[in-house]
Amino acid sequence: MNTDTAQLDNLQAPEVELDPIESHVNSEYKYGFVTDIESESAPKGLNEDIIRFISAKKNEPEWMLEWRLKAYSHWLKMKEPGWANITFPPINYQDVIYYSAPKQKIKPKSLDEVDPELIKTFEKLGISLEEQKRLTGVAVDAVIDSISIGTSFKEQLAELGIIFCSMSEAIQEHPELVRQYLGSVVPVTDNFFSALNSAVFSDGSFCFIPKGVRCPMELSTYFRINAENTGQFERTLIVAEEGSYVSYLEGCTAPMRDENQLHAAVVEIIALDNAEVKYSTVQNWYPGDKEGKGGIYNFVTKRGICKGVNSKISWTQVETGSSITWKYPSVILQGDNSNGEFYSVAVTNNYQQADTGTKMIHLGKNTRSRIVSKGISAGYSNNSYRGLVRVGKNASNARNFSQCDSLLLGDKCGAHTFPYIEVKNNTGIVEHEATTSKIGEDQIFYCNQRGIDTEKAVALIINGFAKEVMNQLPMEFAVEAQKLLAISLEGSVG
Amino acid sequence: MDTIAYLKERFEQLQTNPVNQHIKQMRDEAFTEFTQTGIPTVKHEEWKYTRINDFFGKDYHFTTDLKEKAFTISDLEPLQLPGHEEANLVVFINGHFHPELSHTRSEELEIISLQEATAHPQYSVIVKKHLGHSAAYHKDGINALNTAFIQEGVFIHVFKSRTASHPVYLYNITDARNGNIFAQPRCLVHVAQNAQVQMAETFATIGADESFTNQVIELVVEKDAVLDFYKIQNDAPNSKVVTTTHVHQVGKSVANVVTVSLNGGLIRNNLNMVMSAEFSEANMYGLYLGDGQTHIDNHTVVDNRQPNCLSNELYKGVLNGNATGVFNGKIFVRQIAQKTNAYQSNRNILLSENASVNTKPQLEIFADDVKCSHGCTVGRLDEDALFYMRSRGIEEKTATALLLHGFALDILDKINHEGVRTFVEGFITKKLDL
Repeated sequence: MNTDTAQLDNLQAPEVELDPIESHVNSEYKYGFVTDIESESAPKGLNEDIIRFISAKKNEPEWMLEWRLKAYSHWLKMKEPGWANITFPPINYQDVIYYSAPKQKIKPKSLDEVDPELIKTFEKLGISLEEQKRLTGVAVDAVIDSISIGTSFKEQLAELGIIFCSMSEAIQEHPELVRQYLGSVVPVTDNFFSALNSAVFSDGSFCFIPKGVRCPMELSTYFRINAENTGQFERTLIVAEEGSYVSYLEGCTAPMRDENQLHAAVVEIIALDNAEVKYSTVQNWYPGDKEGKGGIYNFVTKRGICKGVNSKISWTQVETGSSITWKYPSVILQGDNSNGEFYSVAVTNNYQQADTGTKMIHLGKNTRSRIVSKGISAGYSNNSYRGLVRVGKNASNARNFSQCDSLLLGDKCGAHTFPYIEVKNNTGIVEHEATTSKIGEDQIFYCNQRGIDTEKAVALIINGFAKEVMNQLPMEFAVEAQKLLAISLEGSVG
Repeated sequence: MDTIAYLKERFEQLQTNPVNQHIKQMRDEAFTEFTQTGIPTVKHEEWKYTRINDFFGKDYHFTTDLKEKAFTISDLEPLQLPGHEEANLVVFINGHFHPELSHTRSEELEIISLQEATAHPQYSVIVKKHLGHSAAYHKDGINALNTAFIQEGVFIHVFKSRTASHPVYLYNITDARNGNIFAQPRCLVHVAQNAQVQMAETFATIGADESFTNQVIELVVEKDAVLDFYKIQNDAPNSKVVTTTHVHQVGKSVANVVTVSLNGGLIRNNLNMVMSAEFSEANMYGLYLGDGQTHIDNHTVVDNRQPNCLSNELYKGVLNGNATGVFNGKIFVRQIAQKTNAYQSNRNILLSENASVNTKPQLEIFADDVKCSHGCTVGRLDEDALFYMRSRGIEEKTATALLLHGFALDILDKINHEGVRTFVEGFITKKLDL
């Protein structure tokens, strides 16, 4: 009798095994902590005075203030876009603090002078400036709450004529460049969120690669939202002159918060003749808790223009965070023979919503574009791909290939694709394909058969699913991206 | 007078006529909805590429007279489909059912007016349940506009366990010999359990003035029934057509819809497949050959509401001259609809410099255990294939025509009625100048 029961227990034992998909849903956000730094903030709300305050605070020239005010007056006339496949309670734009800077009276010259609290924050994130500097040779322009606090490798870059600094510094020191290019790709009137950004942006990165220079290292910026109730409005501008090359990395993590935070960044890229810009992002803002409470609202406008012939812009993104992602990194292919690429992995879990994709606007002759988008949805989340491929009247011999695949983990989530294809030239060839599926039982079985347990098998399959995009990431980033994918889908990725 | 005010006047006039209470109420609700939305403009997402509102700025006749005396049987002759002598005919003139020209020849089905059906002891239940079901899928005003003016519609019933021996031919004719015409035909088709029917419909405008047809046809397919529906559009350049074909599979059934659009001014086809029963199958095939100024827009929706359904969709288009093609295919898979297989493909060939195409294959999926895919291509004729034929002494024009014919044949093969298929193929051969 006893032995019978024991045998029965033995038989039942394996069933206790956790469903990998179940368990990843329970995973916690690992980067949730608050750095205690006194902030010097503007009062809540938005009006002309706040914009004047920001501009004065940053000691900006008159033309910059005028530019901001122009954007603000446009923003007032605009309506929040409602077409995306996302739902969120209305944002009270008067309840946001538009400027908050870590209190630092003297600008540090080296990392040693930087507030040790800040350094610690980066260490917790595993991206210590010191370590990065030593091990990877990456120049890091770290941004905490809208102010650059440490820039490294600056001198080395300066020798080559490369300008890599914070936007506020660029406005002071290179006003002619900023004035020429700022708003030339994303004009102040472009959309609701970019207009807001143009009016209130506090800082960001500026990068200028002179003619014929190949940037010897990956340029990288870490963004981090810190003070409570602070919207972060980053402005990034990258200009690649004739024949130059740069690979730019952007990554972000944000501490755990209950209140929703607004993030409306703008990134502009200009590539002149024969230039190439590679822009990679790992986005891991706080996604909200298991009930969908909190999390970052990420409304980003990213656009590049291949202005010159044979130029190339490539966007790679790994989107794991934010409760709402609204982001469409686009390329305007104006120069003949120019090339645009978009590689994306978007992972949504719990109640996250992502509406992301790209726009490829073919204007020049012999332009090419390639879109690879991989969406992974789990929990109660919704993941949408929204893309536009437009071949203009004069864009002869344009070529586009798009592929968007969705993977569904669980039956409460959704995967959506909204590809728009507009072709006005008969010499163009445009292809689009999309699939939606789940991890097949036969695939799991195949792995199990070969001694790979279910959890590892799921990890293997997801990694394989995203590999096409992951391969596009620079070495320094690939490790982190793998880590984030693992955290976002903990339990299903090994 | 602006459009809405004018339509409101006509609507109020219509409502004073004696009519069944159910229809009167439906019209009321629909008109209220219409006044809120109005005629869709290009700002409406579903109408982004198709502009129809300019017609309503013109003077047009909104015929509420029940009989169109001017149209005679001799006018109908050239518009007939092959085999019409035996087929069941349903003729709409300017949106009104014309009983004298229509014929019920098969004993397996019955064709009566919607008004009659609403009062019919047996059919009234069906009408109440299914008439206006498409409204939930079209919140753009144009569907509501048709419902608001339901008057002389048609109800077709295919009897249980019977296979219609001859097809039903639907002629949507607009007589634009005396001014611009706005016509709104309406149909409700009920294919009872285990029944089978083939239907083909055509659109024709006679006269030199402009016509605008806003058609709604709702088809209910019961358990084990099979429906074949062929829409053939070969109309005049002065015609504008908006059609809504709403197939509701209430029982496990098979529905095949083939849409062939060859000529016309502006064509907008809404095709909905609502799969409300497990193990249903829906096939949608479309072919559009546009040239001149023709604008052809196909919007399809597949709504998978139950598990284990299969849907197949293939739309192919060739655009020449200044023609514009639009394709929008939506696949919804609801959370309950596990094990759904849904395939969609849209292929376009652009032949001329000024032809353009806008396509948007869209998937919205809420169930995880599904296999869904869509693909779409836009390109020109395969140069290798052309070269192959040229090198064998076939002149370029013929080679092009041959390739296009082959491209179109995929869809033509899906027409199961031989008479209709030969008829359509004849048009295509002529159009390609083979």
